[in-house]
Amino acid sequence: MSALSSFADTPTAQPGEEERLSRAFLKDRRAEKALLWATEYLNEEGHGSLLPMTRKVMLQICSDPTLTLDYLPTLGLPEFTRSATELALGRDSPAIRENRAGGVQTLGGTGAIRLGAELLQCWYNVGGARCGPVYLSSPSGGSVAATLQGAGIRDIRSYRYWHPDKKDFAVEPLLQDLEDAPEQSVIVLYASAHCPTGAEPSHSDWKQIAEVMMRRRLFPFFLLPSQGLCWGDPAQDAWSLRYFVSLGFELLCAQSFSTNFGLYSDRVGSLLLVLKQSSLLLAVQSQAASLVRALWSRPPGGGARLVTTVLNNPALLAEWKEGLRVMVERGMLIREKLKERLRMLGIPGFWDHVTQQRGLYCCTGLTEEQVEFLVTRCHVYLPASGCVNVTAISDRTLDHVAESIYLAVTSDPARLQTLTF
Amino acid sequence: MSRFAEVPQAAPVAVFKLTADFREDKHPSKVNLGVGAYRTDECQPWVLPVVQKVEQLIANDHSLNHEYLPILGLPEFRASASKIALGEDSPAIKENRVGGVQSLGGTGALRIGAEFLRRWYNGKNNTTTPIYVSAPTWENHNGVFGDAGFTDVRPYRYWDAEKRGLALAGFLEDLENAPEYSVFLLHACAHNPTGTDPTPDEWKQIAEIMERKKLFAFFDSAYQGFASGDLQKDAWAVRYFVSKGFELFCAQSFSKNFGLYNERVGNLTVVAKDSDNASRILSQMEKIVRTIWSNPPSQGARIVATTLTTPELFAEWKDNVKTMADRVLLMRSQLKAKLQALGTPGTWEHITQQIGMFSFTGLNPSQVGYLIREKHVYLMASGRINMCGLTTKNLDYVAESIHEAVTKIQ
Repeated sequence: MSALSSFADTPTAQPGEEERLSRAFLKDRRAEKALLWATEYLNEEGHGSLLPMTRKVMLQICSDPTLTLDYLPTLGLPEFTRSATELALGRDSPAIRENRAGGVQTLGGTGAIRLGAELLQCWYNVGGARCGPVYLSSPSGGSVAATLQGAGIRDIRSYRYWHPDKKDFAVEPLLQDLEDAPEQSVIVLYASAHCPTGAEPSHSDWKQIAEVMMRRRLFPFFLLPSQGLCWGDPAQDAWSLRYFVSLGFELLCAQSFSTNFGLYSDRVGSLLLVLKQSSLLLAVQSQAASLVRALWSRPPGGGARLVTTVLNNPALLAEWKEGLRVMVERGMLIREKLKERLRMLGIPGFWDHVTQQRGLYCCTGLTEEQVEFLVTRCHVYLPASGCVNVTAISDRTLDHVAESIYLAVTSDPARLQTLTF
Repeated sequence: MSRFAEVPQAAPVAVFKLTADFREDKHPSKVNLGVGAYRTDECQPWVLPVVQKVEQLIANDHSLNHEYLPILGLPEFRASASKIALGEDSPAIKENRVGGVQSLGGTGALRIGAEFLRRWYNGKNNTTTPIYVSAPTWENHNGVFGDAGFTDVRPYRYWDAEKRGLALAGFLEDLENAPEYSVFLLHACAHNPTGTDPTPDEWKQIAEIMERKKLFAFFDSAYQGFASGDLQKDAWAVRYFVSKGFELFCAQSFSKNFGLYNERVGNLTVVAKDSDNASRILSQMEKIVRTIWSNPPSQGARIVATTLTTPELFAEWKDNVKTMADRVLLMRSQLKAKLQALGTPGTWEHITQQIGMFSFTGLNPSQVGYLIREKHVYLMASGRINMCGLTTKNLDYVAESIHEAVTKIQ
């Protein structure tokens, strides 16, 4: 047998930015260090935890003698996808009443994005020009681009979203980029809780965005990664999505239940399909089933059962919503404390964006040099975009983080490289 | 005007349609021999006692959280799963050249392996490498490799309908004639749908040609333990190939042998030439996983890992697996006995010679149609039956129905 491997030329995959940050943080021997990037809602101890009511529901489900471990249908648990669809669109949505909205249970948000991308790649505009360019916001969350590429989508472009001078979302450049996009392009939009900036379009911004997209026949692919954790109210968090549906758009929406239920390792997600008519929904769902069979065959059952139980039980639903409000309040409090610390340190410039942004993420507005300073001199780890997960800032690390940001901003750029701590 | 106006309805999957038709059938004697899961003698799904026990342990362990698993999965699961496939004392494990990728059942493992091979095997992004699947095979094999980008998925001869056994000569000839570096999808044991496995001697002949022709071995192992009741026996082929120095993939499923169907527990075991190759391969697989499911579900992997690494639980599991395998063996011998007692034309030795969940009865499509329409006995058009659909209560009815079908229809 030859000793030579068929994979001798396979290179080691280069770790992504998140991975590099994480490794560097773990290797750092300093007692005073902080990692400000995470994809979970972290508690005070720095862990993604279950919502309080979840464990109780889990035990309930575990002791149910009627439950078997039999395969779920390919498209998932029907009660789950129905509940997920209602949560996203509102129970009285015309699209639901007209039987032209439905979900496919997926492996978390990533699975939903991947399935949506595969559907677009195979079936978008059959007979016409196939799936053209797909636009992502600049900056954009972690693995969205890679997931689209995994499905074979090559032409990925960006639209302007974060305005570095205003330190906020700016609608004008986005609208301009939409005007310039080829007709029929797919536009990926965060319905709320934008990752990684936390900056939100206003309702009137959304109306303008919808108008251009309608006129230029651009296709919305919404992401709804943590419904309820932006404004503390699931309905509010889905406003933009519901608005587009009310205008008659057909669209896809990737829903994740990882963060808003604390069910990260259960991989609960749904790809919402809204079509023009119900016959089309059936056809697209059948093609989705075919794609799913070759990806993961059937989705896992446990997490979906739990979410379904909660969403369909009034008492549990109320408890869940209350839990979301508590989580959002804590996030807002962390933002307030950070801004207040910076103010007390006498940091120059405006820092209102820290408390104006919503959801897990916050774009600090720090430059790449300032971020480099934070990482290498202050042992505060965050990505080059300057975006952080606010829940990664605990009471214990708040002072160090605030002081480090202050130093990064106030140090002379020429001297930034020479300072040591 | 919809962007999806011209999307056609996808063709229904035969086995799902069969189950749907069965459900709608109101006939009191109906029997479902198309079901793809284990059933007890009461025709009920069976949560393994050891699984129930471990589920309780996990539910009451408050130190366990629901945070994201690593992309490649739960480390204890990956290690113990690969160990169960390759053996405690596998030289490949000792030499640190084995890796595992926790996957979404066997399908997920196959998909990761296929996506990796398309990117990095036989050149870069070579979509034309021939992928050989047995004739017949589990129909999803075509879908998985096709969707991963391979354009040339072809059959290798496997089932000899006339002699109702392995088409060895044809199989070996197809191996000889395959272009170098072709990928061969091999069923580790309990071939689906025929239930017919090569003997150890036949595996040796297969391996000899594959080594000589530089063919890549990709095993599909969905029934380890479930086939013969013996974990080691069911892994013989994979371990033999490893002992001959092959680098290979083995897509493992724990759906059947743990009854964990809806937890989606699988593992892609990678056996590489050396540990450096293993690391590089796994690093690329990690990138692929990140874009499909990001990280795998924890529940099923925890159940399997806890069971495999706790001696008393491991013993209990082997016992539960043997219970399932024994029931299948009993149904096989009883069905054969009944058909022979009825004097049903033809030979029925293959019923007990075949192994695992499925049996290729040899019934032709007209006979199958008769069974479904007239007798409400549901089975695949290929003549495949799931032995788990048989019970001591319906055995007589099924045997008589088969007898009728064979004598009335040629």
